[in-house]
Amino acid sequence: MTVAYHRKPVLWDVDYDAPSNALVAIVGPNGAGKSTLIKACLGLVPRASGQVEFWGMPYRAARSRIGYVPQRESVDWDFPVSALDVVAMGRYRKIGWCLPVTRKHKRAALECLERVGMASLADRQISQLSGGQQQRVFLARALAQEADLYFMDEPFAGVDAATERAIVEVLRSLKAAGKTVICVHHDLQTVAEYFDHVMLINMRIVAAGTVDQVFTPENLHKTYGGRLTLLAEAAEAVARAGDR
Amino acid sequence: MSPTIHNFIQLDLAPLLAATLAAMTCGLLGNFLVLRKLSLMGDAISHSVLPGLVLAFLITATRNPFAMLIGAAAAGIVTVVLVEVVKKLGRVEPGAAMGVIFSVLFALGVLLIEQAARNVDLDADCVLYGQLEALSFAWFPAADWSVLLSWEGLAGENGLPRQVWTLAIMLVVAGAFSAVFFKELRIAAFDPALATTQGFHAGFLYILLMLLVAAATVASFEAVGSILVIAMLICPAASARLLTDRLRSQMWVSLLIAAACGVGGYFAATRLPPLLGHDAVNIAGAVTVVAGLAVGFAALLGPRHGIIARFIAHRALARGVAIDDLLAALYRLHEAGRESAAPRELAPVVHASHLNQAIAAATGRGLIRAEDGRVMLTDHGLMRAADLIRRHRLWETYLVDQAGFAPDHVHDTAERLEHLGVDPEPSDATVDPHGREIPRGGPRGG
Amino acid sequence: MDAAFLKLPLLAQHGSLAREESLPTLSEAARVLTLQAGFNTTIVILGATLLGIAAGLIGVFSLLRKRALMADALSHATLPGIAAAFLAASALGTEGRSLPVLLLGAAVTGVLGVLTVQWIVRYTRLKEDAAIGIVLSVYFGVGVVLLSIVQSSSGGNQGGLNTFIYGQTAAMLPSDVALIGAIAGIAILAAALLTKEFALVAFNDAFAKVSGWPVTVVDLLMMALVVLVTIAGLQAVGLILVVAMLIIPPVAARFWTERLWLLLVLAAVFGGLSGYLGASASALFPRRPAGAVIVLTSGAIFAVSLLLAPTRGVIAASLRRGRLRLRIAADHLLEAAYERDTSDPRPSLTATEIDSVAHLRAWPFWYRPIVLAGLRWRKQAIRDGGDYRLTPRGVADGARISRNHRLWEQYLITHADVAPSHVDWSVDLVEHVLPEEIIAQLEEQLDRPGAAERASPRGVPSL
Repeated sequence: MTVAYHRKPVLWDVDYDAPSNALVAIVGPNGAGKSTLIKACLGLVPRASGQVEFWGMPYRAARSRIGYVPQRESVDWDFPVSALDVVAMGRYRKIGWCLPVTRKHKRAALECLERVGMASLADRQISQLSGGQQQRVFLARALAQEADLYFMDEPFAGVDAATERAIVEVLRSLKAAGKTVICVHHDLQTVAEYFDHVMLINMRIVAAGTVDQVFTPENLHKTYGGRLTLLAEAAEAVARAGDR
Repeated sequence: MSPTIHNFIQLDLAPLLAATLAAMTCGLLGNFLVLRKLSLMGDAISHSVLPGLVLAFLITATRNPFAMLIGAAAAGIVTVVLVEVVKKLGRVEPGAAMGVIFSVLFALGVLLIEQAARNVDLDADCVLYGQLEALSFAWFPAADWSVLLSWEGLAGENGLPRQVWTLAIMLVVAGAFSAVFFKELRIAAFDPALATTQGFHAGFLYILLMLLVAAATVASFEAVGSILVIAMLICPAASARLLTDRLRSQMWVSLLIAAACGVGGYFAATRLPPLLGHDAVNIAGAVTVVAGLAVGFAALLGPRHGIIARFIAHRALARGVAIDDLLAALYRLHEAGRESAAPRELAPVVHASHLNQAIAAATGRGLIRAEDGRVMLTDHGLMRAADLIRRHRLWETYLVDQAGFAPDHVHDTAERLEHLGVDPEPSDATVDPHGREIPRGGPRGG
Repeated sequence: MDAAFLKLPLLAQHGSLAREESLPTLSEAARVLTLQAGFNTTIVILGATLLGIAAGLIGVFSLLRKRALMADALSHATLPGIAAAFLAASALGTEGRSLPVLLLGAAVTGVLGVLTVQWIVRYTRLKEDAAIGIVLSVYFGVGVVLLSIVQSSSGGNQGGLNTFIYGQTAAMLPSDVALIGAIAGIAILAAALLTKEFALVAFNDAFAKVSGWPVTVVDLLMMALVVLVTIAGLQAVGLILVVAMLIIPPVAARFWTERLWLLLVLAAVFGGLSGYLGASASALFPRRPAGAVIVLTSGAIFAVSLLLAPTRGVIAASLRRGRLRLRIAADHLLEAAYERDTSDPRPSLTATEIDSVAHLRAWPFWYRPIVLAGLRWRKQAIRDGGDYRLTPRGVADGARISRNHRLWEQYLITHADVAPSHVDWSVDLVEHVLPEEIIAQLEEQLDRPGAAERASPRGVPSL
């Protein structure tokens, strides 16, 4: 598929078959289109062409089995809810229209908070949490979705050591439970330690596969070796032409 | 001296001038509001000067323009400061902060007007949509064009109404402000932080701008009412922004549009309804409606950003792409040694809905010709097609060699790119990743 | 044509058209406020209260969705609908002033206005603020033109439609109030049922979309409720100020709480209170525009909240900041006393030493007595002649502060490359507000035996 943002293609011709039961890192320089890729998969930004399938189904049909951790900066944390309320949002779809959040769901949400080591802060207003704690709340909310496939957008960005440990633990337990996690990641040093598959992108897929095979200095050089000026120029031209 | 002109000068000239001058003053200032995303601040200020105005009136018990101006300026500053306080100290989002402050101040103004109405006739409705009609009453008795040159006619007791003068002065002030601070305003609109580092404070300009907006509101108030002020602060600048890309031309265009709204609105209100057998309608309202129409027309008809222009460009591009695809398909057949093809063979390449149009258009341009229901390339078409194929295969080469795409993958992407003005770096490759020959570059066609 | 221009000039002094009204007596006021001033008055007050509650509730959601001013465009856009409905109904020969007809017209053009805003934002390069400004002024302008047609066709009284601009509760009939009350009731019920959905979409619409909620539908429902409240408020508050009922009570309530349910309750209470007091005042002073009174009431509630609310109020926040500064100043004194001679079990500070700390830290002149009194009050130091001598507690605190300071210093030295991202405040402030967990982390990272002495210029004292 090709992904366009404001009609400007940011990611060309991605063709990738994610393995199941794996931890996949999406790695690439700034502006490479990492977040956009995830958002395109989830239908949050329009695709210029191509399609995404989950377990052979279109996104709509598979939606209930997909969990999502957006970037922390994407929301206003000065919102009048507690950590537990946010985690409970992961269960709203299961609760359904108009029905209240019952004690059962609250308990489930609390368990998810516990898995990220935040049970003691369940009642705290979200703006009073540190950045790392906010990130863990988002992670717990995705856990509350009880999905089979998780998309995480930069969960490790700007978090403290405790949070990093908590996230890694959750990732491992998800893998152990047979789930798949696709994660935008920016820290090259930890890729090999945390993930088993990797997808190197820079406006297009440079390489994808298991970490052992793909995460090589040569591929990294290709990924980070500057922007493809011509492709970038072409993207501008597409945007100008208003072509879809 | 025909009675028509006599009537026009006596009845229409003053309100026409007032409406037009008010529209132009606000239209000019509005450019900076729209650019700095402060449109609603203009809205807020034009509401919240009301209590300042009424207070000045209650205190001095006259309609001295200076007292009014000071009252309004004070109210304007109070608004700006309060909005900032609520935003920063109260951590309230900007829209809501403005909403709170201007509605409270406006409510205060409405209440004060009721208070004032005990002593003097003040009407809250007029605050909104003005009393342009009233201006024509205080007009001189002997009216022909020459009075406009006499002192008596311009400044005398029964001369040009004071409101018109106030508005004219306001327009000069707003024009001077825009001219003197043009550079600064442009930077401040584009990048406030940069403006501040360059040695002048964006915040200061902001306050100055808001003071002018408050002053323009007051000057316009008596004549045209606050609703027209809001419309004129936003609509002409917004239409101009849809029509132009540079601030300087945007400002001139917005002035023109504002003037046109003033004149057009006036005549639409006073001349149109009588033709339909109605009484004249409210002038300020009509000017506002014309301003709305201006925005609508600009949005539809703008040369580059207009919806119609974009639609046509899109259609032209789609047509061009269809023709290109047609030529490329014929070229590939030509490579394979076939000189002509039946249209239905081309259907998989060019989308069926475009195919007939594309064939017709390409025939019309002498790129292909049709014989016995089959189409083939002309010499001109062959050159054009070779050039296209060359681009396509160069792109494929680029995508594989430089961008690291898989060879079996690049066709579709190259298909999208070959229609663009951008070319890959000249490559000395003679064959594309699929091993097909890249045609030599000739003189480049369209 | 001249006749059409005949209208009194604004602000012209036309002698005294004084319409004096006498002040209501206290007993009258009490009767109105306790809902004993006759059936009509009572029902109008109840209607306004219900309306205030509904507007407060719905307003919370549009505030949280950051669409507060969309309601402004909406309410202004109702005017052409009202006038057009009147003209249409009159042309069809029915009673033009029938409230349901007028409100239906208002709803139609109001929704049209909102759609226009969205259309402008989507298809042109204009931003939302400009779009809102264009819609509210142009639609209102159309309304004004239509009103002047109504005026000329109905013999100069505008059919009473101008009460919709500034609102006039006194003009409301019991049947009108029943209609408004029903609309408000629907809005309240819907808000109660959809709280969960609205909160989710307002907090994080991308997540809502991914987890399967139709975000557009939820937004439309929210907008529909705003439309309902707006048209219900038109007659009571007037279309210019009805937006205030949607904005001010929620913003005021936000100062008091960080809990959504409490925010909803408070916004409803504030809104209801404004409606109740405003309508009562309007009953006592029939010539006062009710809308202005209602808005000013809620404005007063807002002002009190802004200043006095304990969590987010301005005074409470600046007190907290001031207290923190004073505590830091006291910490500096303890640190100085402790570090002057760490072997001294009861270190003391002379007046000159205190002066030098005050000078070094650039204290304002009034800090010194307060800081010293604070030290004595917290039993960290006692007065010893002209000097101050630390108590055991003061010594312990001084040691802790000194240690935090050096830990932090050391962290900056050893991890200088990470530091800038962690340090938003001045280093000086940081060391006093470090939470326990970060200190524990610092210790873990830095406090290995021997490492401290090598890295820190002064070493790290142990406790």
